[in-house]
Amino acid sequence: MNYVIVGNSVAAVGAIRAIRERDQQGNITVISREKHNIYGRPLISYLLGGLINEKRMAYLPNDFYSQNRINLLLESEVVAVDTTAKKVKLAGGDAILYDKLLLATGGDPFIPPIEGMPDKDRIFTFTTWEDAAKLKGIAPDINRAVVIGGGLIGLKAAEGLNLLDKPVTVIELADRVLSSAFDRPAGKIVARKMRANGIDVITEDTVVRIEGDGAEISGVTLKSGDFISCDTVVVAIGVRPAATFLKGSDIEVNRGIVVDATMQTSNRDVYAAGDVAEADDFFSGQKNPMPIWPDAYIQGDIAGAAMAGEKKEYVGGLAMNSIEFFKVSTISMGVTNPRDPAEYEIHTYQDIQNYQYRKIVMQNDRLVGAVLVGNVDRAGIFSGLIREKVDMTPFRESLLTPDFGFLHLSREIRNSLFAPQGKVADNGRTEQAAGH
Amino acid sequence: MKRIYTLEDACIGCHLCEVGCITEHSLSKDPVKAFLHEPERPISRCTVEELHGGIISLSTTCRHCDEPDCLRACISGAIQKNADGIVRIDAEQCVGCWSCVMACPYGAIQRNLKKKKANKCDLCPDRQSPACVDACPNRALVYREGSQK
Repeated sequence: MNYVIVGNSVAAVGAIRAIRERDQQGNITVISREKHNIYGRPLISYLLGGLINEKRMAYLPNDFYSQNRINLLLESEVVAVDTTAKKVKLAGGDAILYDKLLLATGGDPFIPPIEGMPDKDRIFTFTTWEDAAKLKGIAPDINRAVVIGGGLIGLKAAEGLNLLDKPVTVIELADRVLSSAFDRPAGKIVARKMRANGIDVITEDTVVRIEGDGAEISGVTLKSGDFISCDTVVVAIGVRPAATFLKGSDIEVNRGIVVDATMQTSNRDVYAAGDVAEADDFFSGQKNPMPIWPDAYIQGDIAGAAMAGEKKEYVGGLAMNSIEFFKVSTISMGVTNPRDPAEYEIHTYQDIQNYQYRKIVMQNDRLVGAVLVGNVDRAGIFSGLIREKVDMTPFRESLLTPDFGFLHLSREIRNSLFAPQGKVADNGRTEQAAGH
Repeated sequence: MKRIYTLEDACIGCHLCEVGCITEHSLSKDPVKAFLHEPERPISRCTVEELHGGIISLSTTCRHCDEPDCLRACISGAIQKNADGIVRIDAEQCVGCWSCVMACPYGAIQRNLKKKKANKCDLCPDRQSPACVDACPNRALVYREGSQK
């Protein structure tokens, strides 16, 4: 069996492990555009800011590939997939045959056409190690940078530059930063923290023209007419599934590569996982790209199992982010900012001065979302309650208490999680313990 | 694999499991030194919950899951599952992003804010049975061969 995996990030790791659990013999080839072994992609802002060194970028020890007998092709770009001949074509002209193919190419940064941009040198994106290295390389010469986009990527790029003592201005089109992951109060807390640390945050505005002579940038002009002087621009509007190489193939691509619950695409020997895939959403069941690190691993695991002949099913993507900005921890999950709040039951607690905020979103007595800022301890209990669709009716009053835990839930739930009953051969020598 | 299970009715809410855990993960492995004299007291990897003034209590800890949500959420690769099933954190590699805290449905990963490192049960590699289990005066914690779910 020839397994070919295009992409070398966390979805690939999930798939490699799942395949090798089931098939020790098959050949596995991993093809990546990048030059690095697997690295913690979200760590690029830590690298830029000097919080970690290059050694710590490695997500796994280098012998991961040899231990799993992987044929690793770095700096190789797949330009087309021929599903009839069952081969992938590389940019250099080579072709690689597959029996089972996994497409885990991730996302490409979206760069909108902005007047004045094409001839400028110092325009950067921020999604790869290489991006971070380039930015870090010219950092000594940066006097002021503008980051276009106030989402997770933009804010992390801004934070990294700020840690290098570079003046940064973030420009966000929406009325607040982090509008996709967070609600208004949480976005405001983060923006407040960023401003307190010297990052300018401009909302409800956008860059319409990049100014400067020749290749050099002198500043940006905003839609409002304001001019911001800068010499470097980071474009962080968002990412798009990296699926353009499938043009003309019979693999269905909507916004991402459309997959079923086993991560199979419209072609039975081709699978997709991670940011490039468009799988079921946990709540709606509708297809939806979910560019989330943990989901990429889970999808890779399911795809790998399927490719090696075992059927596992994806329960649906649940948006989830844990991000720290200047030592303020934030965790958001599920539905955080419903468009029609009347259909939801929402409870909040806030102490903006101390960067504390908690929000619980319920629908039909089930927990569907949560935002935690500041104290994020045990946030995962909420993600478990969301996934298990636990009826919250008896517990709703306790959800915002700071020490919320399993004792607020039913004994039945606690036993199912922690008691020995049903999990060990006998009942765990209960007879030796005295009850209350 | 062997896991730690909790008998809720036998828990008396004494927190000695936490004392045992902190002591075991201290430099001296002596409770008084660990609590009073060591520069950085470890954070307990088991968590005792109490309600109604201690009328009900429960010690919770890592399940060493078959498919660990913490491992899947970890952005740095610091969390791995050993061949023997133990889910461990490499403190050197951890960046303190708390993705594991977000993902663990058992609430079993702690934040060490001072060190900015995640903290979790390692089943006490230097011991026959985990310190929390040995410390429990009413055998509310049992260490047995068993499944996660």
